[in-house]
Amino acid sequence: MEAIVRLHGLGLDYHSAQGETRAVEEVSFAVYPGELVSLVGPSGCGKSTILSAIAGLLPPSRGRVELAEGIRVGYMLQKDHLLEWRTIFRNACLGLEIAKKLNATTKQEVWALLEKYGLADFAFRKPSELSGGMRQRAALIRTLALKPDVLLLDEPFSALDYQTRLHAADEVTGIIRSEQKTAILVTHDISEAIACSDRVLVLSKRPAVLKNTYPIQLDGAKTPFQARESADFHCYFNQIWKDLDYHE
Amino acid sequence: MNDNTSASQKAYLAALQRQKHWVTFFQWACLGLFLLLWEVCAALGVIDPFLFSSPSRMVRSCVELLSGGELFYHIGITVFETVLGFTLGTILGVGIAILLWWNPFLHRVAQPYLVILNSLPKTALAPIFIVWIGNNMGSILAVAILTSVIVTILNVLNGFLSVDPEKQKLIATFGGTKRQLFFAVILPSAVPDIMNALKINVGLSFVGVMVGEFLVSKAGLGYLITYGSQVFKLDWVMLSVVILALLSAFLYRAILYLEKAVLRWRE
Repeated sequence: MEAIVRLHGLGLDYHSAQGETRAVEEVSFAVYPGELVSLVGPSGCGKSTILSAIAGLLPPSRGRVELAEGIRVGYMLQKDHLLEWRTIFRNACLGLEIAKKLNATTKQEVWALLEKYGLADFAFRKPSELSGGMRQRAALIRTLALKPDVLLLDEPFSALDYQTRLHAADEVTGIIRSEQKTAILVTHDISEAIACSDRVLVLSKRPAVLKNTYPIQLDGAKTPFQARESADFHCYFNQIWKDLDYHE
Repeated sequence: MNDNTSASQKAYLAALQRQKHWVTFFQWACLGLFLLLWEVCAALGVIDPFLFSSPSRMVRSCVELLSGGELFYHIGITVFETVLGFTLGTILGVGIAILLWWNPFLHRVAQPYLVILNSLPKTALAPIFIVWIGNNMGSILAVAILTSVIVTILNVLNGFLSVDPEKQKLIATFGGTKRQLFFAVILPSAVPDIMNALKINVGLSFVGVMVGEFLVSKAGLGYLITYGSQVFKLDWVMLSVVILALLSAFLYRAILYLEKAVLRWRE
């Protein structure tokens, strides 16, 4: 199968008055259509920087990012960043509006997504009236409205409290699976990475290199919630924990 | 309130209401007591009504000035200058703030000038304006605008810059331009800051207009105050000050309504 995203020795440096920071040393990997891949690594290891480079927001310092022809990339940030003065519907339309693709058809599609994921009743409410999980769903719909082929998720649950976070992870991965999207999830939460994805890539601390890759196979687990109950879950957890080497 | 509201809740609400009434009562009582004391002291000769005026004397001169139609004229001039002053000051200030947000280089160059101009008492420039622009309303407006424009620039620019940079990233992920970022996120986010600037500017603009009218001395409540004090008509002076207080309260209220309307429109 043809890779949808491929990194060839991607390296990224930051420049500031204090000096040059090597955020990412050299990272190469490929993501295939329909896959959900997680990037885990210690805080500040350059995980988010890699996503920014894939999204084309940051030019690579070394190496390159190769995207399959004609694919669209969607980005989901840590916080939902819903605009408080807009209704949920108008928030969900923001991406289309900015991309100048808002018309009767795409509006209809946004409606369909809101209905499908249980937000239709809240379409004309303000974000402040919604729970954290619902807000995150609305943010995902805002991204999905642009019909991306690949979703980049930058710690999308870390701003939520623990319970909401488990639920949101369940919901969001469910939505990604049912929409048959490819996704790259960046997280510092090992269990989230194992529970949500098909493959976990472990990064070293800064400057990041790829330390290890784990294809995740949890028997019978269909949702992240069930995955956490699986017997193999803890094996993966322990291995990745060792890789991350927090005591180093 | 529905029927199943508990007795304790009813009692709580009643107590809340009672307290509210008492606050309103004492607010008016303070004013009444002050006016009464003033009137009595003036009548008994404790204070010289020629220098301190008195509520009854103020009412009399108010009727006197109203019958000649002069008072409305002076009030009209002052209100016109003030409203025009803070409106232009706010528009100009927001415009410059937008420019400085758009061009960070310009912002850095302008920074020290803004800081110095902000702490400079703008009314000190009033005599210079009179020399430059002339002894007319133009100078008064120039002072009024100058008093409000710098604060507006600083507050609104601060509002623009305090928008979460992650929101900028959000717009970037949709391939948005700086223009789109500004109109979709930055400007609506800063609406409360702009409204706040407007509220501050009402007061500042009054200061500018007063100083301008003191110096230009042709019309307006500021003129009435200087003229009144020069000819020892303290009744006029006191009356003008009271009217000014009422006007500023009224304008502030008007801004609050405007704010509500704008926030609704933003939605």
